[in-house]
Parts: sequence; C-alpha cells; structure tokens
Amino acid sequence: MSIFINRDTKVIVQGITGKTAKFHTKQMLEYGTKIVGGISPGKGGQTVEGVPVFNTVQEAVDATGANASVIYVPAPFAADAIMEAADAGVELVICITEHIPVLDMVKVNRYLEGKKTRLIGPNCPGVITADECKIGIMPGYIHKKGHIGVVSRSGTLTYEAVYQLTKAGIGQTTAVGIGGDPVNGTNFIDVLKEFNEDPETEAVIMIGEIGGTAEEEAARWVRDNMTKPVVGFIGGRTAPPGKRMGHAGAIISGGTGTAESKIKVMTECGIRVAESPAVIGETLIEVLKEHNLYEKCKNLA
Amino acid sequence: MNIHEYQAKELLRQYGVSVPRGHVAFTVDEAVDAARELGTDVVVVKAQIHAGGRGKAGGVKIAKSLDEVRTYASELLGKTLVTHQTGPEGKEVKRLLIEEGCAIDKEYYVGLVVDRSSDRVVLMASAEGGTEIEEVAAKTPEKIFKEYIDPLTGLMPFQARRIAFKLGIPARLVNKASQFMIGLYNCFVEKDCSIAEINPLVTTKDGDVLALDAKLNFDDNALYRHPELLEYRDLDEEDPKEIEASKYDLSYVSLDGNIGCMVNGAGLAMATMDIIKYYGGEPANFLDVGGGATKEKVTEAFKIILSDEKVKGIFVNIFGGIMRCDVIAEGVVAAAKQVGLSVPLVVRLEGTNVDLGKEILQNSGLDIIPAETMADGAEKIVKLVSTVKN
Repeated sequence: MSIFINRDTKVIVQGITGKTAKFHTKQMLEYGTKIVGGISPGKGGQTVEGVPVFNTVQEAVDATGANASVIYVPAPFAADAIMEAADAGVELVICITEHIPVLDMVKVNRYLEGKKTRLIGPNCPGVITADECKIGIMPGYIHKKGHIGVVSRSGTLTYEAVYQLTKAGIGQTTAVGIGGDPVNGTNFIDVLKEFNEDPETEAVIMIGEIGGTAEEEAARWVRDNMTKPVVGFIGGRTAPPGKRMGHAGAIISGGTGTAESKIKVMTECGIRVAESPAVIGETLIEVLKEHNLYEKCKNLA
Repeated sequence: MNIHEYQAKELLRQYGVSVPRGHVAFTVDEAVDAARELGTDVVVVKAQIHAGGRGKAGGVKIAKSLDEVRTYASELLGKTLVTHQTGPEGKEVKRLLIEEGCAIDKEYYVGLVVDRSSDRVVLMASAEGGTEIEEVAAKTPEKIFKEYIDPLTGLMPFQARRIAFKLGIPARLVNKASQFMIGLYNCFVEKDCSIAEINPLVTTKDGDVLALDAKLNFDDNALYRHPELLEYRDLDEEDPKEIEASKYDLSYVSLDGNIGCMVNGAGLAMATMDIIKYYGGEPANFLDVGGGATKEKVTEAFKIILSDEKVKGIFVNIFGGIMRCDVIAEGVVAAAKQVGLSVPLVVRLEGTNVDLGKEILQNSGLDIIPAETMADGAEKIVKLVSTVKN
C-alpha cells in the first residue's frame, strides 16, 4: 500500500513539449510510471517519448482515462493549467512549477472548493511511491520500498532525509513534497491523515521550515489524532526575520513563523524533532526502536 | 519588492484612496520648494527609507515655517536612521516626502495580507492606530477585527462597513472609510501586493479619511505582469550582493557570519546554515543555486560569495537529484581558478554522478577539502575558519 499514487496511477503531463517536462517524462517512464498522455495546446497529434500529445486536458482524459496530472507549464500559465485539470475531473494534480503569483493560487484554491480534485504543490518536487510510481522531479534511485512516510515543504532536504533512511536500510512508502509556497493545495494534515490510515506506513517524517503556522497546526493534529510516531525537522533556525529564504513561503514575518515556535509546539505535541539535518534518519531509528518498530522497518520491504 | 511611502501614496491615489497632498524631495532646495507649493501652515518632513519605525527614530519632523523645513531637510538628508527594522547599521536617508499637515481627530490601523491558513486575502483593522500591529496582535488580539475576502467577489461594501462600525468610526464618515478600504483592496489585487498597510489611517477634524502613512510590498513572482512597478525599485535600498545574485536568478540573502555557503534547494540551503551554526560557526549567507544550475551560474554564485570580505571559508553542499554533481564540480573548479581561491573550501557532493564530480575536484589541482556527509562538511569548515581567525 501507499498513499495518493501507486503502480496503477495513470498520469498525463501538462506542458509536455517543454524542455524540463520532456526530460522528466523520460525519467518518470524509466522509473515505471504509467504516463498515458501529454498536453500542449496546438501540438495535439505529436508524440513525446512515445507518449501521445493532446490539445486539451479534457481530450487527454477522455482518450486515456488518466486520473493524475503533473504540471510543468511556466508560472504565468500554471494557475490556468491547474484549473483546466480540475475542470476535466482529474483526481490528483501535482504542480511542480515554482514562482506562481500568490494571488493566482488564492483563486485556484477558491476554484477547487467543492471539487473532487486534490492539488499537491505548487513549487514542489512531486510524489513518489517507491518502486511503483514517481510523479515529479526527485531522483528515483534514492528511494526504496518500505514502511516510512515522508512529507515535506522542501525538495532537496527531502532527498537528504530519504537518502539517510535508505542508507540505513529503512525503506519508505510514499514521499510527498507539498511545496514551499505560502498558499498551496494539500497541507501537512491532509498527508498525515492518509499516512495514519495507510496500513503499510509505520512512522512518518515531517519536514517543515520557517514561515506560516502549518507545522504548528499539523503538530496539534498529530497530538489529537495520529496513532503512529512522527519525527520532525524544521529548516531555518538561523534565518533572519523579514527575509525570504528562497521559498516564497519561507519568511518570518511579524514574529510568527520562527523555527523555535514550531519546534516548541511540535515537541509539546509528541513529535521528536531532529537536532540537526544530518540526524533526521538517526532520530527516526531511535524512535522506531522505542516503539519496537525497528525490526519491522529495518529491512527494505 | 518594497517601495517608498511617497510611491505607495502615489499608487493609492490612483485607486481613490485619500492621502495628504505631498511631493518627494531629493535636495534641501527641492524640499523648501515643495513646502512653498503646498502653502499650508504646517508641513511634515518625512524621511523615505524602506523600513518602519521612522517616527520614533527621529525621521519625521513637523515644520511650521519654510525655515524650519530647510533646517529639518538638511538635518535629515544624508543622515543614517536606525530603527527597529533597519538593524544596527541603519539606513541613509536620500529622499524626503514633504507633505501637508492635517488636524488629526483619531488614528486607526488598516492592513491587507494573504492569510496562509484560510488561503484568502484578509482585511485587518484596529482602533489602536499608530502602534505596531504585531504588538496589538500579541497583547490584545481581541482588538483586531478581520474580514476574509472571497476572491470571486472582492471586498464587499458590507464587509468594509462592518469593519468601520467596529472600529467606531463616526457614522457620517463610515461611507468614506469603506470607500477607502475598497480602494485599498482593489490596489492590492490589481498590483499583486503581498502587504498593504495603512498605519495610521486617520479621521480629520475636517471630516476626511486619510492614509497618513502607507506601506506596500509586492509579490516578486507577479512582477512580470507589472512592468510599471519596476520603476519604483530603489536599488540604494537593497544589498548590492543580492542585486547581483538576482541578475543570475540565484536566491541569495546576506547574513552576518563568515562561512559562505552554496547549496542547491531552499530547504537544504536553510538546513546548511543551521548545521554550520550547530557546530559553532556563523553562516555568511543563504544561497540557493536552484535545481537547474549551469556551470556559469555556479561560477557567478561563487564570485558573489567571495566578494563578501567577511567570508573566511566556503562550504558547498550539494544533493544532486536533477542537478548533476559533475556540473557543480566543473563550476566550482572554473570559479575557483577564475577568481583565485584565497580561503578554505569544503565540498560535500552527494547524488547523481557523484563519483564523476569528486574526480573532477580531485584532479583540479585545487586545495579542496572533500566531505563525506553534511555534518562532516560543516564540522570541517567551522574548524578551518576558527583556525584562520586565530
């Protein structure tokens, strides 16, 4: 089992004729992801990496039965692309694009209200279910099948954590990048809920960073609802206030969103927070041992 | 992007938001001319820097004659103002806003931001005008009134009126106040603001509702659709290294420490700063070279780090996912040869093509210290830099 995606997920790629999208379409196909179509308005009828290209998402969905979409279109057109996918009834939309104007995302989220579409991202590395399906830009080879769920606002920091696990012989179920923007689709709590209900997932790593209060809200949810152990890390302890640290959402403003406040609330809610980014894996192992889960999780499934 | 108060007021005027009459002045003579043109008994001389807290720092003066305008203008221009937002080094005043004085009846706070929990633009208001809204929020949150705005309808008049009544604005001015707030909201969405703050908004004895101060920040990601805003950018207010980095699409933030960092990915870049601190060092910067960095970009990033005189050592921390380690290695070698490597350099490479990357570094003939892990690298650079200091 896994969350959101598995070997049967049928994926379409929005903006498939762009350079980045082409590259990643190839990578995803090589990983084994079922890419059934692509969209590039005006280029319908062509193929990319053997994948048929359509003019609209609706056409692609009608022709292929796709239930997931991944978006690589440039920022000025990304909000429109997300809404087009939702309009066509795509259940899972993963938006990799970064630098989307925040007011565009406010409109997108309003548009998605009441629709069945789940949006992940934007400004995220995507979602991967180890050895089954990779949708996004993460390097596939660092992931190994197992029992740990990973959810994160950051891309490369997730790779760091996942690789620490894999090197220690601890595999993962699904790794979800929810993205570094202030207004996004799926949040920590949505993902934690799924991991909590997934029978294969035994424990979760949650990687947050400065800015906003999503980690605090998630921590309280964990305290009240989560039956599985959660290990955390927060990036940006040394970030100065008022400065945007790369991600649009990573900013301490008006005294809120500091690493200290997040770590404090997470710790109070029973989440073990790793002292440094180098020991996220070690911290998880420590917690697994305390819960007698280490033996089960240690061998890559 | 931030802009000056006088620029914000210029924009707001276009949206029907009432602001006092005023002119910008770059010299003392311009200031006096501006005051003469206003022709009012009382003139306010306001220092224009990109930081709040100017009043308390002595950056706002009330002049009752043209002579006083001259005195205050010469005093303020060229002066370094230190406010709680500038940092201890302060900011030099190069522009003044010369504005008509007004007879204030009462001061309020009105602001708009994107609320991350509700995914909506929220209008916030308080009758505690003139004080920092964060302070009010922390001590007396019940004194802040909020209206969440549906992006499909925009700020509705009933919402603005509700806020105005809650604030206790006199009934005869409520319509003026709600027009004011709707204008502010329209400016916010049409110009892609990230913050719009009027602190204070004032009611006057003449029955006006005015923005006495105005702060507008814009969403950098939306600047592509607002070329008109770029004219407001004041490069004097920005860090020269950050300006240089932005030319190459590098995400760079200047810090106070002495260990330069180059990392791919914002999260890992923050975590790298943290781990340097964890081992007792101080990072000199945040630098994310991005996922699709080229050899040229890495070279420029390296040059920017080395242009900082505080830097006594460099830590390169790369987790090559899509970013290939050999590309990074080539960039590092090229940059080090081009600019001359004068400080210790620790490089940690992991991920795609890592062996090739390590080989390039090893064969470069440069004195590069390899690190096995992030922790190993951080420990090494902190040790090397502290030896340099002694």
